[in-house]
Amino acid sequence: MNPYYILDTVAMTAGVHKQFDCTDCHSSEYGSYPHLANLKLEPLSTCLDCHGGDESFAKYQFERIDEEFKKSVHYKVYGDNFSCSKCHSQHTYKATARTSDNVLEIVDYSNKMCLSCHNDMKKFKMVSGHDNPKLVQVHDWLPNQELHFQHVRCIECHTEVLDSLMVSHDILSKDKALRKCVECHSANSRLKASLYKYQNLQKRAENGDLNTVLANESYIIGTHQSPILKLASIVIFLLTLVGIVIHSVFRILKKK
Amino acid sequence: MSATEKIYFYPVWLRIWHGFNALGIIALIFTGISMQSSIESAQVVGFNMVVNIHNIAGVGVTLSYFVYFIGNMITPNGKYYIIKPQGFLKKPMKQAVYYAWGMFHGMKAPFPISEKRKFNPLQKYIYIIVMYMAVPIVIITGIALLFPEIIIEKVYTFSGVFVTAILHSSMGFFISIFLVIHIYIASIGKSPLENFKSIINGWHHVH
Repeated sequence: MNPYYILDTVAMTAGVHKQFDCTDCHSSEYGSYPHLANLKLEPLSTCLDCHGGDESFAKYQFERIDEEFKKSVHYKVYGDNFSCSKCHSQHTYKATARTSDNVLEIVDYSNKMCLSCHNDMKKFKMVSGHDNPKLVQVHDWLPNQELHFQHVRCIECHTEVLDSLMVSHDILSKDKALRKCVECHSANSRLKASLYKYQNLQKRAENGDLNTVLANESYIIGTHQSPILKLASIVIFLLTLVGIVIHSVFRILKKK
Repeated sequence: MSATEKIYFYPVWLRIWHGFNALGIIALIFTGISMQSSIESAQVVGFNMVVNIHNIAGVGVTLSYFVYFIGNMITPNGKYYIIKPQGFLKKPMKQAVYYAWGMFHGMKAPFPISEKRKFNPLQKYIYIIVMYMAVPIVIITGIALLFPEIIIEKVYTFSGVFVTAILHSSMGFFISIFLVIHIYIASIGKSPLENFKSIINGWHHVH
């Protein structure tokens, strides 16, 4: 049997749609097994058919996501054929960014969505019609490539970051991708508006108490993750200067 | 003018090492601060360039450290760093009191330098801490950060890279503070410039 037709039932019971029966979305004829081959051609609902215009899903901003997605390179090139499920499997999807308190897990989950096509020769060619670029070579310019791939998401550089949206869906074409180190490696890091904006991680980005400093899982040069150490270093430095100035004044007065 | 005795304190290798090391450390401090604060110094020198300069200077200072380390092993210069147990705390305290109080009250330097004693006890302790503790830590953590894949992933619940980076930058900071005090203390002499001349021409005047 075609392996693509078999669902990972364990993953499905952990996914966001776990409470649904198959026939809630699929034809009731799926009740009999083996299923009729032509059932695969049945028209299915889109995500927005359920999630759009519904108060209970308002906080997920599905309409905004749709708007942003329509600006993305995926939509511009492939139009309506590029559905949400190309990245977000409706069977197994988990809202990791909303639930996890572990940056590495969020990053891994998010990047696997991109890599499921961009690192898969067959799938990439099936959708795009050409060979997939070699990711490691394309990102050759990026220092410590492996660390970056583990600690930040592809979309950090490959989307237009929006403060008002949980995850930016305007995936940019590759020529518009970010290549400026200080966008992230600075006190006003772009990551604060993207990866670190989730409430479950927010504490880590803002609080400077020792606990959150030590509990940090990633270290980003230049983002002042530990304001306490920054303050301590400024105080020590100023005290040193004050000491030297006082000592010099005495030396001048005493002609030493 | 009283008769002065000249001692050849700083051999050529030591002066070359000292000069090279000084330039390297200064480059490391400035690029280190720039990286850490990321003040949009990008306008002047880009972040990538700053990182490159920091890496190159770091490798340079590491190599020069070996010159210093081996030099102290095989030349008589190493003997100035030996600490004797007598007066382990008393001696440096006495020197500290001299700097803070005695020198303004007509007290004579308690440990005047001579051929046998290049550093006063306080100076010796601080040099040992900086050169045999802080600098090696900065070098080891620096090499680790240059090849982050060799760092252990987790230290208890903390990221290994994070712990390494904090250790690296705090030791770097400690060395920067040392540098400021080192330069200031060097100005205490017969005249403020005397010690600076000595480290260039090698000769020290003992008054």
